[in-house]
Amino acid sequence: MLSRVAESIYWLSRYIERAENVARVVGVNNRLQLDLPDLADEQWDPMVKVTGDEERFQAGYEAATRSNVIEFLTFDAANPNSIFSCLTRARENARSVREIISSEMWEEVNRFYLFLREPDARQRAMSDAHAFFEHVRRSSHLIEGTKNETMEHAEAWHFSRIGRFIERADQTTRILDVKYFLLLPSADDVGKPIDDLQWGALLRSASAFEAYRRTHGRVAARAVASFLLLNHEFPRSVHHCASEAQISLHAVTGTPIRRFANAAERALGRLVAELDYTDIVDVIRSGLHDFLDAIQDKLNGVGREITHTFFAQRWRGESLR
Amino acid sequence: MTFENYDTGGFYDEMFLPDGAPRPEARRLVERIEGLPDGELVRRHQAAERSLLHTGITFTVYGDEAGTERIFPFDIVPRIVSRETWDPIERGLKQRVEALNLFIDDVYHDRKIVRDGIVPADIVESSEGYRTECIGLDPPRGVWCHITGTDLVRDADGTIYVLEDNLRCPSGVSYVLENRAVMTATFPLFEGLGVRPVIDYPSRLLSMLEDVAPRDVDRPRVAVLTPGVYNSAYFEHSFLARQMGVGLVEGRDLVVADGRLQMRTTRGFERVDVLYRRIDDDFLDPTCFRSDSLLGVPGVMDLYQRGRVTLVNAPGTGVADDKVVYAYVPRMIEYYLDQKPILPNVPTHLCWRDEDRRYVLDHLPELFVKPANASGGYGMLVGPTAARADLDDFRARIQAAPRNYIAQRKLDLSRVPTRVDHRFEGRHVDLRPYILYGRDIYVLPGGLTRVALRKGSLVVNSSQGGGSKDTWVLS
Repeated sequence: MLSRVAESIYWLSRYIERAENVARVVGVNNRLQLDLPDLADEQWDPMVKVTGDEERFQAGYEAATRSNVIEFLTFDAANPNSIFSCLTRARENARSVREIISSEMWEEVNRFYLFLREPDARQRAMSDAHAFFEHVRRSSHLIEGTKNETMEHAEAWHFSRIGRFIERADQTTRILDVKYFLLLPSADDVGKPIDDLQWGALLRSASAFEAYRRTHGRVAARAVASFLLLNHEFPRSVHHCASEAQISLHAVTGTPIRRFANAAERALGRLVAELDYTDIVDVIRSGLHDFLDAIQDKLNGVGREITHTFFAQRWRGESLR
Repeated sequence: MTFENYDTGGFYDEMFLPDGAPRPEARRLVERIEGLPDGELVRRHQAAERSLLHTGITFTVYGDEAGTERIFPFDIVPRIVSRETWDPIERGLKQRVEALNLFIDDVYHDRKIVRDGIVPADIVESSEGYRTECIGLDPPRGVWCHITGTDLVRDADGTIYVLEDNLRCPSGVSYVLENRAVMTATFPLFEGLGVRPVIDYPSRLLSMLEDVAPRDVDRPRVAVLTPGVYNSAYFEHSFLARQMGVGLVEGRDLVVADGRLQMRTTRGFERVDVLYRRIDDDFLDPTCFRSDSLLGVPGVMDLYQRGRVTLVNAPGTGVADDKVVYAYVPRMIEYYLDQKPILPNVPTHLCWRDEDRRYVLDHLPELFVKPANASGGYGMLVGPTAARADLDDFRARIQAAPRNYIAQRKLDLSRVPTRVDHRFEGRHVDLRPYILYGRDIYVLPGGLTRVALRKGSLVVNSSQGGGSKDTWVLS
């Protein structure tokens, strides 16, 4: 298929996944803050930190209040990672490949975009945040489901999966990192109900609470990190995402898994192998936050190699426009 | 809703006779619309509009807030064309396109029509679409204008005129197909009326494109070239590519290599033999035409000249898409085909002729003045409603560059009932049929009916408040 088309489908899926995860992060924080005894304790700045856009936020807003953070993460067109910006770009990519994706899938992307542009969208996000961010998440799932049910499971579909899973892996590391930025009211609270509450909320934001319960039972920091990073079966764990991306990448090229024929396969293969043989004890000992940072770097590296291998090829001596 | 108080207003109405009775071909449709329960038509119309918005059938408005998309307004009352009306239109368009194609080929070869004194040489050479790079070229099957959209209008006395020929990249056919699809889904009123289908247009288009592939290619590969997602007709480009099952490419996807046009794919490079390009000649190849074009493909003209790729429509076709050249089409038909024109031109004053110009300048407030080389209703003077300053402005412009202007008398375009809130009012329409020319000439039954939605307006362009209607040619 056309390189540009593959690239658009890849990014279309990444942006939808990113929008979904912003909604997850905001949604969980909203829920978490509701459980706090005192309004003055509300913490919204971790939401900004975890997206990596802190500087941009500070340039445009005075304080990390609930409404400022929701505005910034959801509607702000100047924030390239806001839900609205993601959808604008996702839709633009979808428009540019309408002849490849199914009409049904395009329609879902378009509906999602139009939902954010409804005149009362802002007001609904502020006054009924739960329902609003739930709708965002569901829209993303509808797109994913519609894609799986209406598109041929061929090359374009595989590029879409690669984009979706790489983005999701990255986003899961960020959700896990929220905890790093969240302040505990005091050091004594570690292991207390408030700590439990935070880990629980974090699991919920990854739709992982129930699955976690079945696997590990009690909520404990180490087990939560292990579940979201290393679990093989849970669809949002980093390990699962990297493995699924790998399956699709090799389906595109035909190279057997555990071998590589290009730099993209090599970078992703190394990441999967690392996750295969990582023990959570070592992660916690050397520091979860640093580990998550390193995974994010590696995912960026995989993205770069995918671009070089599939999207930006040149004819001998041709300079790319 | 009924047509009880519907007023034809002294215009030619496509649905009703002057005495208020429906035309015979419209009688059954009128009965069916009037038989709908109260409010049903409005409900169906709203459902149709929602469906258009959700499926993203939009166009981009230039000069508005960057990249504003709108749905192309759609009216639920279709326009009916009887077989008796359609037959001469179809024959007339085939005749016209055949003559236009012969003219273009002649212009770039022997110029017999110039030597025989029918069309002046300087009119040909000053036409904006004239390209010296095309002299002596022989496109496959001798076809230059593969796809033509010809605008037709009906005057008060019922005569159907050709208003202009769009031979460069005529757009709008996707609305014809989508309007029909929406009507089928939301308004299944036409069962049993014998409406001729339009759905086979994409497969006819694909066959035509394959038929004009370079002669040495066995299984031609076709692609549609678009300027990109910000182009006003982008929806149509992607729609046609999707319907034909061919690639939609941008200039940056293409490269000239190993003597062929190639597209960049995830598995390396693949050949393209026929390029249905939806960008103007000027932007096609920066090494040949405008060097600042980022939309085109460097070197593609050279390939084309060597017959290694077919470009549709052929470069240089625009020489006939000029409103001064238009005025000569009836004589072309007589000259090349030795036939009487079936469809008349609107009588046209050519400002480069002294006598015509004097008349135009003296009668400006009665006339429509159009630039010879613009489309979309841009840069036009509507004399009867123009302000004094505009009239003066055009007077000066005509005198400064008479070759660039033509004038026509005001036509009282025919009307079709159109839903306005909870009643019907007459609105003016035109009709753009689409003609394909490959192995032979095919006319899509009907075409795009554009409707001036503003009361009293005669301007049907989508950029100027126009909408569209489904067009039902009866068999």
